Amino acid sequence: MPVAEVSVQPITATGAASLGSAIELRGVSKRFPAGPVILDGVDLSVRPGEIVSLVGPSGCGKSTLLRLLAGLDREHTGTIAVGGTAIAGPSRSVGFMFQEPRLLPWLTVAQNIAFGIAPERRADSAAIVRRLLDQVHLDGSAKLYPRQLSGGMQQRVALARALAAEPSVLLLDEPFSALDAFTRIHLQDLVLELWQRTGLTMVLVTHEVDEALYLSDRVVVFSERPARIAEVIDVKLARPRDRRDPALLELRGHLLEQLRLAGRWDRRKPEYEI
Amino acid sequence: MSAPLPPELTAPPCGAVPSARTPWLQRRAARWSLALAVPALLFALWWLTTDVWHLFLANQLPPPRHVWAALHELSADGDFTRHLLASLRRVAFGFALGGVAAIAVGLVVGLSRTAERLLDPTLQALRNVPSLAWVPFLLLWLGIDETPKITLIAIGSFFPVYLNLVSGIRQVDRKLVEVGHIFGLGRLALVRRIFLPAATPFALAGLRIGVGQAWLFLVAAELIASTRGLGFMLIDGQNNLRPDIMLVGILTLALLGKTTDGLLRLAERRLLVWADTFEAKA
Repeated sequence: MPVAEVSVQPITATGAASLGSAIELRGVSKRFPAGPVILDGVDLSVRPGEIVSLVGPSGCGKSTLLRLLAGLDREHTGTIAVGGTAIAGPSRSVGFMFQEPRLLPWLTVAQNIAFGIAPERRADSAAIVRRLLDQVHLDGSAKLYPRQLSGGMQQRVALARALAAEPSVLLLDEPFSALDAFTRIHLQDLVLELWQRTGLTMVLVTHEVDEALYLSDRVVVFSERPARIAEVIDVKLARPRDRRDPALLELRGHLLEQLRLAGRWDRRKPEYEI
Repeated sequence: MSAPLPPELTAPPCGAVPSARTPWLQRRAARWSLALAVPALLFALWWLTTDVWHLFLANQLPPPRHVWAALHELSADGDFTRHLLASLRRVAFGFALGGVAAIAVGLVVGLSRTAERLLDPTLQALRNVPSLAWVPFLLLWLGIDETPKITLIAIGSFFPVYLNLVSGIRQVDRKLVEVGHIFGLGRLALVRRIFLPAATPFALAGLRIGVGQAWLFLVAAELIASTRGLGFMLIDGQNNLRPDIMLVGILTLALLGKTTDGLLRLAERRLLVWADTFEAKA
């Protein structure tokens, strides 16, 4: 499904109208069979073109929620709709970036990107790959194999592969957490650049407070397991943002406090990174 | 006393990774001289202990020149070529048959738990039957022409390929399978685009072991009932007290085994340029 250009103004209202939302979660709960409750009644709606970060104590169920959104995990109660239709398994309209690049080692960079292209678009494969290589700044690396790339380059290929499917929603599960700070900053900016170009809706799970605030329109704070939404923080700052913006720093303090409360620090040290 | 065959693929996979700075020819020469060092040493020992020091009698261990003469003698009347071609043909057919069957059965068993539960126990039992145990039975059922020999070789090469392929499919990274799911691949596409390429290194390793087994089983087949082939040549040499002919057979088998393995190794290097392995970096 090709994505239309949509306006990418920062969104100011919280959890508002569900009509026309890109992602709609209503009372989503999940428990492992005969195990603990992971998610407990999560309501969330994400507008088209919005970037939402999910943060919370380690192991609270954010990643599980993302897998539910991707259709990788199906067992849950409540309703999940992407683009107005209930999800019934993985689909090309929902892209996913994993923590690891997960490139196919037997394919070159170009072939890995082409892997994402939908069968009906195969005819334009070469042009699409060329465009994406350019967009993730890997023009010269088309013929390399994943083993010949650095971690950051591999993750850029993974990003290009996800975009090759022309999704309307991109889910990112701590995609930059294994990278060094310098590479991470570059990738964050690259993601924003591509977001501006495509108007993708993005949901990002992260442990990085700064990353969440720098990228997102809204930051959703989850409580410790079972995960409930503890707080939603609006980031009403225009893009491009300055990482040193005092307003960001102020929000950072607020977010850290929320995380501390969410992590029930009196019982256990929360494992978020600062 | 096998010569190292064939040349290894030393060019970097796609010209992107600069390998050692030493010139290609020099590296190649260094590798060959190392590989030939042990055969050369053994040959020298052989020559010294027979022709020079006369530690062995010619009817125990004939000197190299006797073996050379025997090869000439066998070649003169076309016998050697006949034996060689007969054996090559059997190995080619048997290995092809066993390999294709192993890949087919291996795919089914690797991809389906039901097929595994149904077939694998039986195959594991058959695998443990020693090669020679098959011979009388195959002779009884298939006669003494080519069929039982090719069948025996096929049995021999089947199991390594089968076992490696199944374990290769089972070891496919769950995380890569998930990538296939994310991009909405159906079952068939998942097999073709994820499982098969991921299992290829294992299948190739199995094929390399399988071709070795093929030569092993060839000799087992030819030792017992044949009038042609390298195995027969060995037995014939034994019956006629001709250790020189026996050595011609042994050396030929070593060379052939090394050659077929080398060819598969070459295929492996070409097909697995992507592999992030110690070998690929070497």
